[in-house]
Amino acid sequence: MIYPAWQIWAIILGLGLGSYLLRLSFLGLIGSRPMPEWVLRHLRYTAVAVMPGLITPLILFPQATEGQLDPVRLGAALGTIAISLWTRNPTLTILGGAAVLFGLHFAIG
Amino acid sequence: MSSSSEYLRGVRDGLPFLLVIAPFGAVFGVVATEAGLDLAQVMGFSVLVIAGAAQFVAIQMMVEAAPVLIVLAASLAVNLRMAMYSASLAPHLGPLPLWKRAFAAYLMVDQTYAAAILRYEARPALSPRAKLAYFLGIATPIVPVWYAATWAGAALGSAIPPSLPIDFAVPITFLALIVPMLRSLAHVVAALVSIVGVLVFAVVPFNLGLLVAALLAMMAGAETERRMAKRRGT
Repeated sequence: MIYPAWQIWAIILGLGLGSYLLRLSFLGLIGSRPMPEWVLRHLRYTAVAVMPGLITPLILFPQATEGQLDPVRLGAALGTIAISLWTRNPTLTILGGAAVLFGLHFAIG
Repeated sequence: MSSSSEYLRGVRDGLPFLLVIAPFGAVFGVVATEAGLDLAQVMGFSVLVIAGAAQFVAIQMMVEAAPVLIVLAASLAVNLRMAMYSASLAPHLGPLPLWKRAFAAYLMVDQTYAAAILRYEARPALSPRAKLAYFLGIATPIVPVWYAATWAGAALGSAIPPSLPIDFAVPITFLALIVPMLRSLAHVVAALVSIVGVLVFAVVPFNLGLLVAALLAMMAGAETERRMAKRRGT
């Protein structure tokens, strides 16, 4: 690492403070003031708008395989979706998804 | 529904995330230590930043010797989604005193946010206090294990076989959280726009493509909802 210690701490503190202010932003400022209906209508889709985009590259181009499509990871993703549709239970889905991932890893990985 | 029973339900719902948090934290500890950080710095990241994806981006860019401001900009861009989560939680937790909201903000990570919003949408009538209790319940197993796993990874080093596909624990958890959210056509449209958008905007630097895709996806979901409501004549 080429940085002097104070620069490393500047990165840690800057990233920590910045991340905290992002987390506090709307929760801290807006509080219980009512938001207009069109804003609420957009916010209802926050989770389904962010999370699929966040994981799509991880599924299709895993860094561990240098961006190559990987049958173990792709199979685990499809298996996880199937288990989720079947059980409708996040806990069982995480356990089942992990089982499919390691099963495929040891079978074909 | 009392606050204490919501808290316990939160703890129970938070436990399975340990399957993800523990390996993820340990891998961060190993990677950051191998990159040359000392134990205090590694723990500084996990305690003060408490956001795995942004921490990995910061370490990656530090290994590439990027200027400090570029490291900060790129890793903060990854965390811009937290502002969206914050806005999304505001209608539920907003009536609480500021210090409680400030504490919840520190505990806001992908898992606590997604599990909480799933619960709040299923039980919108819960009081803000009960909603906060559920949120704190999910965070109770997750956050201390995140610290402990980071420390174990930094201290014990690379005892984890590098061939194991533990990087994939994160997509599996997110899938387990997202699929139950796809309750309406509008939710499905938003998710599809998010996926296509992130692939189309993959060339945008500093992970800002995800934010563009997410904003478009939120607009697509809201617009689909508006049209469906209109068609039903409400």
